[in-house]
Amino acid sequence: MSREKLLEIKNLKQHFKTGRHSVVKAVDGISFDIYKGETFGLVGESGCGKSTTGRSIIRLYNATDGEVIFNGENVHGKKNRSDLKKFNREMQMIFQDPYASLNPRMKVSDIIAEGMDIHGLEKTEKLRRAKVEELLETVGLNKEHANRYPHEFSGGQRQRIGIARALAVDPSFIIADEPISALDVSIQAQVVNLLKQLQKEKELTYLFIAHDLSMVKYISDRIGVMYFGRIVELAEADELYRNPIHPYTQSLLSAIPLPDPVYERSRERFTYNPNDHDTSEEPEFREVRPDHWVLCTTKEFEHYQKEYSTVT
Amino acid sequence: MDKLLEVKNMHVSFDTYGGEVQAVRGVNFSLNKGETLAIVGESGSGKSVTTKALMKLIPMPPGRIKEGEILFEGRDLAKLSEKEMQKIRGKEISMIFQDPMTSLNPTMKVGNQIAEGLIKHQKLSKSAAKSRVIELLELVGIPDPENRMKQYPHQFSGGMRQRVVVAIALACNPKLLIADEPTTALDVTIQAQILELMKDIQKKTDSGTIFITHDLGVVANVADRVAVMYAGRIVEIGTVDDIFYNPKHPYTWGLLGSMPSLDAEVSELYAIPGSPPDLLNPPKGDAFAPRNEYAMQIDREQEPPLFKVSETHYAATWLLHEHAPDIDPPEAIKKRMAAMASSDSRKGERV
Repeated sequence: MSREKLLEIKNLKQHFKTGRHSVVKAVDGISFDIYKGETFGLVGESGCGKSTTGRSIIRLYNATDGEVIFNGENVHGKKNRSDLKKFNREMQMIFQDPYASLNPRMKVSDIIAEGMDIHGLEKTEKLRRAKVEELLETVGLNKEHANRYPHEFSGGQRQRIGIARALAVDPSFIIADEPISALDVSIQAQVVNLLKQLQKEKELTYLFIAHDLSMVKYISDRIGVMYFGRIVELAEADELYRNPIHPYTQSLLSAIPLPDPVYERSRERFTYNPNDHDTSEEPEFREVRPDHWVLCTTKEFEHYQKEYSTVT
Repeated sequence: MDKLLEVKNMHVSFDTYGGEVQAVRGVNFSLNKGETLAIVGESGSGKSVTTKALMKLIPMPPGRIKEGEILFEGRDLAKLSEKEMQKIRGKEISMIFQDPMTSLNPTMKVGNQIAEGLIKHQKLSKSAAKSRVIELLELVGIPDPENRMKQYPHQFSGGMRQRVVVAIALACNPKLLIADEPTTALDVTIQAQILELMKDIQKKTDSGTIFITHDLGVVANVADRVAVMYAGRIVEIGTVDDIFYNPKHPYTWGLLGSMPSLDAEVSELYAIPGSPPDLLNPPKGDAFAPRNEYAMQIDREQEPPLFKVSETHYAATWLLHEHAPDIDPPEAIKKRMAAMASSDSRKGERV
């Protein structure tokens, strides 16, 4: 696999002022890279800053500090209109709630084509129409659906419309912010399969944000675990699930209910206590095992290394 | 075992401008004391309507219980008046709702919301209710109850709010607890805490629980028995082991197959094609037939009855008919069945 960096996030911070003297540090200095063609999963509980991270990357928020470098260019740098347009074409987003993210007063064809119109991609009405129909078919809907309104569709179908809209401007990178959380189990599988298939066909790169850990493991190549605005652990999906090192990751994994009654009867849950950490120094992101990074202090680092040097 | 609840051939319909929507079409099940029955199914399968009908919380009109009996300790709830129902609701049967953000009154102190039922049903004095509220808050694991009861819902986090909802539901020691997706809005770690709490309390009070969810992981965790609903009917019902390790209905196969497992390497998830039918005009024959790759001619003509698989396990699919051809369940399901065979030995180990 070629390991070409598509996106580099360096010490990204996103703070919100909530009063004169209080600041919410939603994202507090995170760094990671996303390689071309991979799916990077971001997990954590609600309020840990994973959605804010996604929104800062796509410049829906102006970052407080840090850099997001996409294809060698800083996303948050000064940009004129045409630069911004170019960037917006490359990066698209799929939102969590398919009921709230589609304008109920617009026809499906206009929703999907809005991006194409803004970027002036399809010059004639006929070409525009053809492209919309092609997109509808790509995401598993019929071309007859183009003239309908969002309320006529089920949740799964709406999410497909959201995906078609994101694909309309031929992006190379898509941020999917909990794209399946609002859907039924059987429909979740349909949408996840579609995302995977599109990735293969169009060589897309995904940032997949979710709190459903089993689905994230299934779709992601690498996973970052977030806790209170920081990434506490980052590793390849299999490695992370096999050898979770950070106690928070361990507690998170131990809490997933699995569809297996025998396992469930004997499941033991760990609780994470943030006060158990070594507080002698500020924790840093360190590579405990090859490609397996953990937020820890020097002492913890030595301890983890000793403990995990023998396991495979 | 004591039968707490028995639902017989219940039909619930909603009269709309478009016609009659048959949300629940003949549901039968029973629940014993101290038992947890999980009802699973997609949205629109009628699982919420079924449980709301038990408490008669369906707006009537447009809804109505068309037919059937709801026997709660021998009394038919379907025939009770609204006034009589009010004496049962919150006292003998109570409900935990899905969304703790909306099921609490934002303008009332948490303590007063819990005390409401105690004062109404158990005729407790204010001070007696107060001490019971403190007891309940301790039971559901909210620290510092004396001060917390004076706070408003917005001062609680999502998980804590759901604990308050659980405390309200438990206030009058109900015999039957209905939990409608109680953990869907919560994070996994909080979800695990709430589930442990509910199991713990059930052990103490020996109440029966009906648990609605679409998360099969949660089902495996809490349920003794499972009912799978599709298009307003129960298509398969059995013990949790029956359903997870020896499923018979193709819809159950689909549900189980669409969940990724943490250890298995699968290239593609099994997805049930299509979407559920419109219950305004329920299809002729088996409602699942259009989405069922194993559907036979008869599925399109006649509705399958519940076939008996074992004493505890029933499924409504023609595949169980003696003349049905032998078919090969999907790979993922075969693995589960194999796990069933080995699970007997696994069970042995733990004893």
